[in-house]
Amino acid sequence: MTDASANTPATPRVKTSLLELGERTKKRNAAEARFKLYGMMAVGTGVAALLLLLISILSQGLPAFTQTFIKVNITLDESVLDPSGNRDPDEISKVLTFSYDPIINDSLKGLALELSAQHSEVTADVLQDMISAEAKGRLRADVIANPDLIGQTIEYEFLANGRIDGYMKGRVTRETAELDGNVTPLQLDVADAMIVEEKLEKRFNWAFITAPDASELRPEAAGLGVALMGSAYMMAIVFCLALPIGVAASIYLEEFAPKNWITDIIEVNISNLAAVPSIVFGILGLAIFINYMGLPNSAPIVGGLVLTLMTLPTIIISTRASLKAVPPSIRDAALGVGASKMQAIFHHVLPLAAPGILTGTIIGLAQALGETAPLLLIGMVAFVNNYPESIFDPATALPVQVYNFTQRSDPAFVERASGAIIVLLVFLFCMNMIAIILRRRFERRW
Amino acid sequence: MNDMRIVERDVETREIKIRGDKVQVFYGDNHAIKDVDIEIQDKTVTAFIGPSGCGKSTFLRCLNRMNDTIEGCRVEGEITLDEEDIYNKQVDPVQLRAKVGMVFQKPNPFPKSIYDNVAYGPRIHGLASNKADLDVIVEKSLRRGAIWDEVKDRLDAPGTGLSGGQQQRLCIARAVATEPEVLLMDEPCSALDPIATAQVEELIDELRTNYSVVIVTHSMQQAARVSQKTAFFHLGNLVEYNETGEIFTNPKDPRTESYITGRIG
Ligand SMILES: Nc1ncnc2c1ncn2[C@@H]1O[C@H](COP(=O)(O)OP(=O)(O)OP(=O)(O)O)[C@@H](O)[C@H]1O
Ligand SMILES: [Mg+2]
Repeated sequence: MTDASANTPATPRVKTSLLELGERTKKRNAAEARFKLYGMMAVGTGVAALLLLLISILSQGLPAFTQTFIKVNITLDESVLDPSGNRDPDEISKVLTFSYDPIINDSLKGLALELSAQHSEVTADVLQDMISAEAKGRLRADVIANPDLIGQTIEYEFLANGRIDGYMKGRVTRETAELDGNVTPLQLDVADAMIVEEKLEKRFNWAFITAPDASELRPEAAGLGVALMGSAYMMAIVFCLALPIGVAASIYLEEFAPKNWITDIIEVNISNLAAVPSIVFGILGLAIFINYMGLPNSAPIVGGLVLTLMTLPTIIISTRASLKAVPPSIRDAALGVGASKMQAIFHHVLPLAAPGILTGTIIGLAQALGETAPLLLIGMVAFVNNYPESIFDPATALPVQVYNFTQRSDPAFVERASGAIIVLLVFLFCMNMIAIILRRRFERRW
Repeated sequence: MNDMRIVERDVETREIKIRGDKVQVFYGDNHAIKDVDIEIQDKTVTAFIGPSGCGKSTFLRCLNRMNDTIEGCRVEGEITLDEEDIYNKQVDPVQLRAKVGMVFQKPNPFPKSIYDNVAYGPRIHGLASNKADLDVIVEKSLRRGAIWDEVKDRLDAPGTGLSGGQQQRLCIARAVATEPEVLLMDEPCSALDPIATAQVEELIDELRTNYSVVIVTHSMQQAARVSQKTAFFHLGNLVEYNETGEIFTNPKDPRTESYITGRIG
């Protein structure tokens, strides 16, 4: 039975038209419009900041991917480079870079002669200062890799010195050259002459991505090879350790563990661990992995372990969230047809949770990829000039390499730091792409 | 004892499949099932009726130990299946659930193909030795679920893409595919239209020849149509348990009478 009096309106009804907006409706609409505006402004700010960042990094960093080269004709004299004449790589390796000096000097003399029509003051010595100190070493490496070249006269490209490269990229001008001890206005004039003769060329430089780091004095030769390998090794270690450990821990905690004070404490601590500053993990790694367990300094294995510890909470938290999000009816259905708990989880729950788990893993990996602080503590900041052959060899990592580049005084390293950031972003982008592709494959409706 | 009812005599000759003895269920401090004694017969459809929250689902879930998965749920007393205590420590609930299948209130097909939905149970229980056997089982089960004709051309389509009623019949097919001895159904028709309901009811009637079926329903008409025995629950007690005809025409307990005439609810 209903109370009849409750249904009669307290005040007599005022007739209103649907075509006219009431006071309250107007206010509500205005509030909504305002809120939309705020939202759009917020999104706009975010997008603008992102664009600004991208533009500044791209404009500063893209030049790092091109490099200036000087073309010469070089005669690889057999009597100097391979006295025994049997092209034995071991024999050739015994010839030191020092012995290449006269060969290079000869080739530069030839170049000077060719350029004399354009510029009268060109000498081999002026040219010598225009090529990179790294050029000798690279020539030697090329000869060792390809002994058949010995005895021939070949067209070769020397890496140009950082200042000449800077001139090509607009960083060095005649005014700055006056004040600079490393380059003279004469050399810039010679560079102009070489451009006319098509002896100087700026082109894409794979070595920036593949070569190891170079010393402070040779910015033109510095590359990201070692850092890329170090980062790739560490990502592989983090992926192989953090994903299985994290997923196993989450499944156990979420599906099997009894709910008592011990699991409560574990849960709280996992959440806390996610908020621990990363440098603390670095100290932990230094104390445990290096000092106590005696793993090598600067090695990707230590970096990988430290980053694994750092990534685990992220993976565990997101995995548990996605396990929780699987509707219980699916579990009931599986148990109802007589599946064991483990079958229900592995056959039905886990596939449904996989996209979420992958997302969490990639977020964790991305964090780990960009992490610098803990790596500084375990010595991955060191200058490493050799490619790591295993995860136990010294290496650096991309973000640390960025940090290293920014610490150097030569302005040529500015573009290299930004270039390294671009590589880091591309690396991240690729990881995200893989995640998206995998997620697409796992995604199902329910 | 009562010669007038031939049907009842017929029913009473059947074996007892499930027996509950002083069953108590607690959710934490909430005493949800109180002192329930019941004997559920083989090859019979037994209906559980009662107002919302009286414990029908809870008791049904005791019969295949689905309550084990609920945090804080405790079952006391004894429930036997073929005279074996199902809450005995040696009993693995997984084996029990293979014998006592369940269809849930909300259709819950796996997010896999129709074929895989039905084949999943036989696969994990090793009922088919090869693909051909499995195909036979799947077809037979889908036919028994009265859905074969609708899906036979799209067995690879996802089960979740079917309509609600088709999904429920798919779930029934999935439940019978494991050849259970008892089939528990918790309001299987609450999401279905009258046509699908009629199909499911027809199906239940067919299933009776092989299985013991226990069905929870809020529809008196449905209970009257499909069941031979009816149990009326109220506030966690089993108030009355008898022949369906008897319950609806001649209830002994005043609470049963007021419920079926629509005064408690
Ligand atoms: N998972 C649970 N945790 C705690 N209490 C529960 C749980 N499930 C049911 N209960 C309680 O047990 C009692 C019986 O619930 P049950 O679901 O068995 O009722 P029901 O008869 O199936 O009702 P309905 O007809 O609405 O489905 C209710 O008081 C309910 O609050
Ligand atoms: Mg219920």
